Formats: sequence, structure tokens, C-alpha cells
Amino acid sequence: MSRLRLIWRKSLNVVMLTLTGVSAFAVVSVLFLILGYLIYNGGRSLNWAFFTQLPKPVGETGGGMANAIVGSLKLLLLAALIGLPVGLMAGIYLAEFGGKVFSFVIRYTTDLLNGVPSIVMGIFAYSLVVLPVKHFSTLAGGFALGIMVIPITVRASEEFLRAIPGSLREGAMALGASKWRTIATVVLPAASGGIITGCLLSLARVAGETAPLLFTAFGNRFWSPGWGQPTSSLPVMIYTYATGPYDDWHRQAWAAGLVLLGLVLLANVGCRLVINRRGIRGV
Amino acid sequence: MSTTATTMERAVPPQAGPRAFVQRLREGDQIAHIITLVFAAGILLITSLLVYELWVNSHLSRSKFGWLFFWTRTWDPIFDNFGAAPFIYGTLVTSIVSLVVAVPLGLAAAVFLAELAPRTLSDSIAFLIDLLAAVPSVIYGVLGIFIVVPLMRTVIGPALKSTLGFLPFFRGPNYGVGFLTAGIVLAIMIVPFIISVSREVLLTVPREQREAALSLGATRWEATWKVVVPWARTGIMGSIFLALARALGETMAVTMVIGNDPKISASLFAPGYTIAAVIANEFTEATGDLYLSALIELGLVLFLMTFILNGLARILIVATERGGGHPS
Repeated sequence: MSRLRLIWRKSLNVVMLTLTGVSAFAVVSVLFLILGYLIYNGGRSLNWAFFTQLPKPVGETGGGMANAIVGSLKLLLLAALIGLPVGLMAGIYLAEFGGKVFSFVIRYTTDLLNGVPSIVMGIFAYSLVVLPVKHFSTLAGGFALGIMVIPITVRASEEFLRAIPGSLREGAMALGASKWRTIATVVLPAASGGIITGCLLSLARVAGETAPLLFTAFGNRFWSPGWGQPTSSLPVMIYTYATGPYDDWHRQAWAAGLVLLGLVLLANVGCRLVINRRGIRGV
Repeated sequence: MSTTATTMERAVPPQAGPRAFVQRLREGDQIAHIITLVFAAGILLITSLLVYELWVNSHLSRSKFGWLFFWTRTWDPIFDNFGAAPFIYGTLVTSIVSLVVAVPLGLAAAVFLAELAPRTLSDSIAFLIDLLAAVPSVIYGVLGIFIVVPLMRTVIGPALKSTLGFLPFFRGPNYGVGFLTAGIVLAIMIVPFIISVSREVLLTVPREQREAALSLGATRWEATWKVVVPWARTGIMGSIFLALARALGETMAVTMVIGNDPKISASLFAPGYTIAAVIANEFTEATGDLYLSALIELGLVLFLMTFILNGLARILIVATERGGGHPS
């Protein structure tokens, strides 16, 4: 009886442990499947016109997404201008100045903001920026993305500032530097590599956001001059083209998907390698 | 450094003296403190403004429909009659399906990475899985449309029908798009979160726990399943809540594969709709004030759902990290 039970326990051991391995393998292979399929389809469809031409009128084949690429860059620039300063300063506050209770409140709010669904961010930007002027604009899209940049930037800046050893601060203060001088000339430069990485990661995250742009930046089949006009962007173009009825649109959606994924993964791999080498986690 | 310090000193009026100089520097600290504080408070302000805007702009719909909004099954923009029931149902069903698929898979993979795999292999796979979490959702949507939907129509759907067709969930026509497809795409998207957080939590379980179990004659699996996992269970629950919050709020991938039909059906093959998807699809077309207001109220509902889940998840993860997670 007990012998049978031992056999049962041992075989259960082998079966379950194998299953965990199979699961891990399955998840990782999904990654490669996704990447492979996207590279195959995207690579087939990618051509020079994709980067240089405007979209052709609906129904015609050919054309590219030059305006969407520029639009995405403009949106990211705005997002960086709006989100990064707020995030960085709040991070400095949390790491260097913050009191107990208020810091806890800020951290909790930041986490909360990080968890807000992106479509809700879109509604927020819509009611704050689009409704008053009654038309979609690049500015509104940049605002929505900028808010989404803040939480990760706060977390990254705080984490990297905290990782700077106290002896550096004490050294600067022993030389007579005041606290803000210590932060500005010693602590911030020392943490700059990590902070820049964190900022890049947060921009990479919003670069692929589609939902908040649907009714803020909207879309545009032409160039969008200035900041007050609706603009197209890569993620929204992917959405429109992939759900559209034309084969040529699907082809271009794959190409755009490959370009977007390439950029996002490149930024992520680079940043994560830097972060891991510094031995800091949690970003 | 020293030169700038002296120029600063010279900038002070001579009659001020060293004490006033120190005072000024202190004020510099005060100023820096206040500036950073203002930005930090800005985050509070933005978040409060977000809640305020959602609340105020959904006023029309809230005052007209009240609590009935949650039970009404019609969504009729022409006669201005709006009910959220089909969308709440769709959101919950797709999230539950995604959890049913993703939790066992993710947890097993996390156990493998934390308990069995050598550390270097575990770290490199965790790295790849973190990348999987960074893939934009619209790309999952594209893959959903072009891979999962055809697969569902030709392989998964018929297979489920022939094996589990006696259940009401797997009956009715199979279009390829629907609750099940959306749930599967969501599962692919949230599995990285579950693995990543659960693995971290499992790695914090003290070695002695495993060794004690093994020395009592437990097999590797028993030590893992009866000692390590229970120890980490609150953290694992936290990771599942985080994943659920993400699944609830996910917009693009779901919008692209769910079929966009505001109906409540028991069959998982049927097309449906989620809160996020209806906002994405109809927001720009919302003509009447009440229509827009109803959509914004849906946004408010979504916000509250994720707010509660995220709060719970944070509490659970913090509780585990403080070592309070072991079984009582």
C-alpha cells in the first residue's frame, strides 16, 4: 500500500514538474511565434514607399505611412515634454525630500494612475483638451500620452535616485554644498544613466498606445501641419488598416506592425540590458 | 565645483554676512523642496481631475438612468436608451476566460522558472517574457485578427464543439470572432504579467522552507505545491489581480476580435462587446449629449473596476513582501 503510494507520489512529481516545464516552453514559443510571423509578414510587405509616401486614397493600392510616422514622433515629443518633467521632479521629491504620509499618498496615486485603462485616459484628454476647442488635435493626443508617461518616469527616477549611495551625498555636503546643489550636481548626474533609461522605457510604452489616440489625435490621411490639427499615428493606422476590408491595407498593417514592434522592442532590450547590468529591478 | 561656490558667495551682498548666506542656501533647499513638491502634487491634481471629469461629464446619463444603467440590456442610440449590462457582461466574461486560460499556464511557468530552471536560464526566459509584456496591444490585435480568428473558425471552435458541445458555453454558430477569441487573445497578453510577478514572489520564499519539506521526505513537487506556493499565495493572488485589471481595461486587441455586438449570450462563440471596446468604437460617432454621457459613464465604471482591483493587488503584493504571506 505504502509502496503504491510512493510510486504514485513519485510519478505525480515527474508529471507535474514536466507540465510546468511544458508551460514555460509554450509561453516562450508563443513569443517566438509572434515575432516570427510578424517579421515574415511585415518583412514581405515593407518597402521604401512605406516610409516616404502618404496613404493612397481609399481603395487604391500602394502608398505608405510617412505622415503616420511623423505623427507618432510628434506625439511622442509632446508626451516627453509634458510627462517627463513632471515625472522626474516628482521622483526627485519622493527620493530626496518626501515626508512619510504625503510620499505614501503620491506613490499610491502614481500606481493608481499607472493602472488607469488607456481608453479612460483618452476620455480624460478628450474632455480636457478636445471639448473646449471642439476639434481633435495633435496636442490632445500628446497630452493623453504625456499623462501616461508620468507614472513609470516617477517610479524609475525614484528608484535610481535611491540607489545612489549615501556616501556620495555626504561627501558633497561635507564640502559645504547645500542639499539642492548636492542633488543637482552630484546625485542627478550619477543617476542620469538609469533615469534616461527609465524615461525611454516609458516612452516606448506609450509609443504603441492606440486607444487614447482614437478620439484625441484622431487620424489624418494627409500631413498634419502644426499642433492644432488631427494627426495620424502608427498605432491608429495599424488598427484602421488591419480592421479594414482591403488586402493591401492588411499588407501595410503588417508592415507598420513590424516597424512599431521593432522600435518598441529595440528600446526595451537596450534599456533592460542597461538596467539589469546596474542590478536594479522593478522598473 | 569650488569656483561656482565662490562666485555664489560673491553674489551675496557684503553686509549680509555668513549667517545670511547660510540662510540663503537653506532657502535654496526650501525652494527646491517646494518646486519638486508642486510637481508631485501635480500627480494628485491630475488624478483628481481625471475622476472629476469622468464624474461631471457622465452627469446626464447618471441622472437619467440611475442604477438602472447597470441592469438595462438595450443599447439604442437612436431612441437614446442606454444600458450597460451587455458591456459589463462582455468585459467580465472575456476577463474570466482569459484568467481560466492564463492562470494555470502562467503559474506553472512561474513555478518552473523559480523552482526548477537554473538561475541563468530562468533569468533569460524572464527577460524574454518581460519583452512579451512590452508588445503594444494593437499588435496583439493584428495577430488576433489574422491568426486566432481563423484558427478559432477552423480548428479550436470545431474541436471544442465536438468534445464539450454538451455545455451551453460551446453551442451556437461559430463566426471566429466572439467572447472566446477575445478571451484567448487577452490570455496571451496577461500571461507575461502573471509569470513575471509570480516568479519574483516565489523567489522571495526562504530556502529553508524548501529544504525543510524535502528533508521530511517530500518530493520536489510536494515541496513546491504544498509549501512554497502556499507561502507565496498572497503575492500570487496579487499578480492575478494585476493581470485581471489589465484584462478588464484592455481595449484594442479586444475591439478587433470580439465582434462588437451588444448582446448577452451564454455561448462563448457568440460575438459580444466590452466596455472598453464600445468606448473605442462609438466615442467619435456619439452625436447626442446623452449618448456621449453614457459612454463616459461606462468609462467611469471601467475606471472604478480597475481602481479597486489595482488597490487590492498592491495590498496583497506588499503583504507578501513583508513576509506576512505564509499560511496561518
